[in-house]
Amino acid sequence: MTNGPARLKAARCPDGHYHHPPHPRCPDCGAKPTERIDLSDREAVIVTWTTVTATPPGVRKPNHLAIVEFDLGDRGDADGTDDEGDGDPGNGDDADGANGGGAEDDSENGTVRAIGGLTTDDAAIGDRVRPVYVERLREPEAGIREPDSQEWDGYRFEPI
Amino acid sequence: MTVCIIGASMTDFGRRDAWIRELLAEAGSDCLDRAGVSPKAVDHLLVSNMASGEFEGQTGIMNALAHDLGVPPAYAQRIDQTSASGGAGVYAAWQSIASGASEMTLLVGGEKMTHRNTSAATDVIASITHPVEYKHGLTLPSFAGLAARLYLDTYDAPRESLARVAVKNHANGIDNPHAQFRKEITVEEAMESPVVADPLRLYDFCPITDGSAALLFCSEDVAREYADEYVDIAGVAGATDTHVVHERTDPTTMAAVAEGGARAYERSGYGPEDVDVAELHDMFTILEFLQLEGLGFAETGRAWETTENGRTERDGALPVNTSGGLKSKGHPLGASGVAQVYELVEQLLGKAGARQVDAEVGLACNVGGFGNCVTMTIVEPGGRR
Ligand SMILES: [Zn+2]
Repeated sequence: MTNGPARLKAARCPDGHYHHPPHPRCPDCGAKPTERIDLSDREAVIVTWTTVTATPPGVRKPNHLAIVEFDLGDRGDADGTDDEGDGDPGNGDDADGANGGGAEDDSENGTVRAIGGLTTDDAAIGDRVRPVYVERLREPEAGIREPDSQEWDGYRFEPI
Repeated sequence: MTVCIIGASMTDFGRRDAWIRELLAEAGSDCLDRAGVSPKAVDHLLVSNMASGEFEGQTGIMNALAHDLGVPPAYAQRIDQTSASGGAGVYAAWQSIASGASEMTLLVGGEKMTHRNTSAATDVIASITHPVEYKHGLTLPSFAGLAARLYLDTYDAPRESLARVAVKNHANGIDNPHAQFRKEITVEEAMESPVVADPLRLYDFCPITDGSAALLFCSEDVAREYADEYVDIAGVAGATDTHVVHERTDPTTMAAVAEGGARAYERSGYGPEDVDVAELHDMFTILEFLQLEGLGFAETGRAWETTENGRTERDGALPVNTSGGLKSKGHPLGASGVAQVYELVEQLLGKAGARQVDAEVGLACNVGGFGNCVTMTIVEPGGRR
């Protein structure tokens, strides 16, 4: 249960908007993201959560799920460019391009959210959690999604 | 140009023996008959459908329906906007007439789902999600559970207020001969039904449904040739929100509903205070709250009070989901947005029978995903524009 290859990454655009998962263009301003921030060794807070008892094929039952929020402060520690996106094939190459080097200090919102399983249903809104690596989150062959089209490992969240 | 609706029909919703081609043909043929329009007068045929390929292995259904209805050489197109496909079809039909590209546009929405079990059908619908969501087993019901917990917590709303949405819409559905469920339920039954996505329970969710609905569109000049009474589209619009649901600043607000609503209000010249009857996308009970707030029918965090006060009941100031809503009428994905407008047409023309309310302006809000894409239609009795 240590850090694995599917790293939990946020993208940062030159205007300081953070997004997970990374997108080819910043959803807030349309700029190309220039930095990646690893979230997998950071703590987060539960925004909301649910326990699902009617799960689709190949998914654990019950399935505890949460939206969590990471506070990156004014600026996360950027990993620089990194071609290993999180579950987003073809979208990992955010090399410094025309917009590179334009880091500004007016990042209005130093938070980024992620979604994932919870390791327990003993949880509450506002609880602190840490990411825990899981090699196979659901059975890739059981569902409708083409297994080769995406990653199946990632992070669940464990209350601290 | 004012775009009019001169025909409307819907099939029985529920568990049907018919497959997608037959369902679409049933609603489409019935719509033409009701309007007294020949298939040969149809210029454009639009088919709203999310997933006939995934559910049934039948693709190209616009062409199949065109042939089955005898409309060739009319132009035919399939429209997929997930569970907002029906509303997207209304928008496209409006565009086809308003642009002059078509004199007569038939829109048929439909879905065939019940041959799949709940788990498999849920997976087909969950295929809209981003890979970072899908790999964790996120489904549409799980987004509803996440939003509902936060809403109840943030606004200190009682869990029973969500059950009241289901109770109200089931009560309305009793008087809809086409509804899947025509039975009364109580708050107690809803509160004791099995947990599906905590804090939401079975009665907070719409069923899996087969069915189809159709509408016939033309200009006002053409409408007068065919019909004594018809309905005008006062405004239609759409908008999108994030694809990845957790990237929204507030999971309890629906930005695309607010934006799409604002656009439709502006185009129609009407505001929320002018709307007399509304069909909202109650795929989950919490969504009725979030749409009431996004469309300006209730203040943020107050839709639960609006519901508990009875304002949205059939005899309230703003009847919501007189059809029974998706909750009791059923939710055949591609049909739902079309069937919402069918209900408004029936209401505005005084043909809603025991469901009839006093209404001059109606609004339909059709939601795709968990608010990912939204279409809004505002209608009024014909001849006013
Ligand atoms: Zn940005």
